[in-house]
Amino acid sequence: MRPVSRRVLPGFSLTLGYSLFYLSLLVLLPLSACVLKATSLSPAEFWDAVSTPRALAAYRLTLGASLAAALLDAVLGFLVAWVLVRYEFPLRRLFDALVDLPFALPTAVAGLVYSSLYVPSGWLGRYLVPLGIETYHSPLAIVLVLTFTGFPFVVRTVQPVLEALEPELEEAAAILGASRWQTFTRVLLPPLVPAILTGFALSFARALGEYGSVIFVAGNLPEETEIAPMLIYARLEEYAYAEATALAVVLLGISFVLLAAINLLERWSKKYAA
Amino acid sequence: MQLDAPPAELPPAAVPARPARSAPTERRTRAPTSARQDPAVVRWGLTLAAVAVLGVLVVVPVVHVFWEALADGPAVYWNNLVRDPATRHALALTLTVVPIAVGLNLVFGVAVAWAVARFRFPGRSLLVTLIDLPFSVSPVVAGLVFVLLFGPRQGIFGPWLYAHGIKVLFATPGIILVTCFVTLPFVARELIPVLEADGPEEELAALTLGASGWQMFWRVTLPNIKWGVLYGVLLCTARAAGEFGAVHVVSGRITGKTDTLPLRVEKLLQEYRTPAAFAVASVLTSLALVTLGAKAWLERAEASSLLTPDPSAPRGERSKERKDEAA
Repeated sequence: MRPVSRRVLPGFSLTLGYSLFYLSLLVLLPLSACVLKATSLSPAEFWDAVSTPRALAAYRLTLGASLAAALLDAVLGFLVAWVLVRYEFPLRRLFDALVDLPFALPTAVAGLVYSSLYVPSGWLGRYLVPLGIETYHSPLAIVLVLTFTGFPFVVRTVQPVLEALEPELEEAAAILGASRWQTFTRVLLPPLVPAILTGFALSFARALGEYGSVIFVAGNLPEETEIAPMLIYARLEEYAYAEATALAVVLLGISFVLLAAINLLERWSKKYAA
Repeated sequence: MQLDAPPAELPPAAVPARPARSAPTERRTRAPTSARQDPAVVRWGLTLAAVAVLGVLVVVPVVHVFWEALADGPAVYWNNLVRDPATRHALALTLTVVPIAVGLNLVFGVAVAWAVARFRFPGRSLLVTLIDLPFSVSPVVAGLVFVLLFGPRQGIFGPWLYAHGIKVLFATPGIILVTCFVTLPFVARELIPVLEADGPEEELAALTLGASGWQMFWRVTLPNIKWGVLYGVLLCTARAAGEFGAVHVVSGRITGKTDTLPLRVEKLLQEYRTPAAFAVASVLTSLALVTLGAKAWLERAEASSLLTPDPSAPRGERSKERKDEAA
C-alpha cells in the first residue's frame, strides 16, 4: 500500500488520537502500574519473592507443562492439518470447523469437562487410571488441558502453507525417482517447518498464561500442581501485592521474549506462504 | 477464480486466454496423480488417526457437556438454569458486560485500523505491537494490573475513587475494564490487513466526487470492510463471554453480584452442584458452537461475495481486470 498524504484523507488526528487515548488508558497505564509496583521492591526483595521454592516449582511446572503441551500440539496439529488438506473423507468440512472449538469454548468449560472426563470414574479416566496413568490432579492433567486450549494454533498456521505448496514440486520429485517418504522429508516438510514452529510457539505462549482451565484439573497442591498464574492469584488473595507483582513481571518477561520470537518466525514463514 | 465468460467487447485475440485462466481450478478438481497420491493404507491410517485426535480432543468434551447437563432429565436441566437467581444474575451480568466491551473495542478497532492502514507516522509499528500486547499477557496478570490501579486500599487510584463512592474493583466497571483489555486486539487485528489490502483509491475517489469524511466512511470504507468487522466482532464476543482468569481476579467472586457465567460454573462446581455447573457450561458451549457456525458461514459468504462480478464486489472486478491485462 502507498502512504497517503495526511491532507487528502480525513480523520488522521481523530482516529490516532482516540486510539492512543484508549490504548494508554487500558493497556499502558495498567502495565506501567505493574512495573511501578515491582520497582517499589529492592532488587534483593524482588529476588526473594521470585525465587522461593514454591515459586521456582511453579515456574518449572508452567514451563514444562506448556512445553509438553505445545510439542503434543505440534505433532497432533500437523497430523490433522495434513489430513484436512490432502485427503477427502466424509464430514471433512465439519471436522475442519471443529478445529477452532478450543478457541471458541470458554476455558472454564474446558477445565470443567476435562476434570470430569479424566477422573477415575470419568469417560476417559476409567480406561487410563487403571493403567497407572494419573490423569487427574497431576501435571499430566495440566498437560492434557493445555493441549486442548492450544490445539488450533498449529493446524491453522500449517494449513495455508500446505495448501499453497506447488504440486509440480512433488511430481518432479517423483519423476526424479524419489520415494514417497523421501518426497515428504526432503520436498514437502522443509517449507512447512517455519509454520510448524510458529504454531508451536503460539500454543506455547498461550499455555504459559492459561489459568481458567488449569485450576479445574490441577487440584490445589502447592509445589506439585501449582502453575505460575495460580501462585500469583494465591499471593493476591493474601494481599501480598508486591510479591504477586514480582512474579507477574517474570511471567510478562517470558511472554515478551516469546512474542518477539513469534514475530521473527511469522516473518520467516510468510516467505513460504506467499 | 473467475469462471464467467470473457466480456463480449473483448477482441477475439484475447479469447484463447480463457483456458489459461481456469487452469488452476482444473488442477484442483482433477484426481491427484500417482506421484502425489499416498498409498491407501497410509491415507486411511492417517485419516483415522486425525479423526480420533479430533474426536477425543473436541467431540467427546462437547458431547460430555450436554450429557452431564441433561443427566437428570430436561426438567432438572431447565430448573438449574432458570430457577437459580444467582445463575440468572450471572447471565444478566454477562449480557451487560459483553456488548459494552465489544462495542468499545469495535470503535477502537475501526479507529486504529484507519490510522495505521491509511497513514504513515513515526511510531506506527510500535503502535501495532502495542495492540497485540494483551494477547501475550496472562489473564491473571491482566486482572492483577487492574487490582494495582483500583484496589480500594493499596491501588493507585483506588482509595481516592473509594472515598468518592465509585466502586471499580469487585463491581461491574472492573469486569468491563478487564474484559476490554483481554479482547482489545480482536477487531483491530482483523481490520488492519483488510484495509491495507484494499488501498485508498475508492476513498480518494469518493472525496474527489465531493463526499464528506463521514459520507466516505459510511458509504465506501465500511461496506468494504464489513466482513472483517463482522469477523472481529464474532471472535471478540466469544472471547469476552468466556473470559475467566482476569474476571476471576478483579470481580471478588461475589455470588449474585459479580459472578459472570464462566465464574458461575466454577462456583457451582465448588458447591458440589455438578449438574447445575454443566447446565451453565452447556449454555456457554452452545454459544461456542454458534460462534463456529457463524464463522464458517461468514467465510463462505465472504468468498461468494468476492466471486460475484457485480459493482458491489470491487475486489473481484479488479483482480479480473488485472488477469485480463496479464492475458
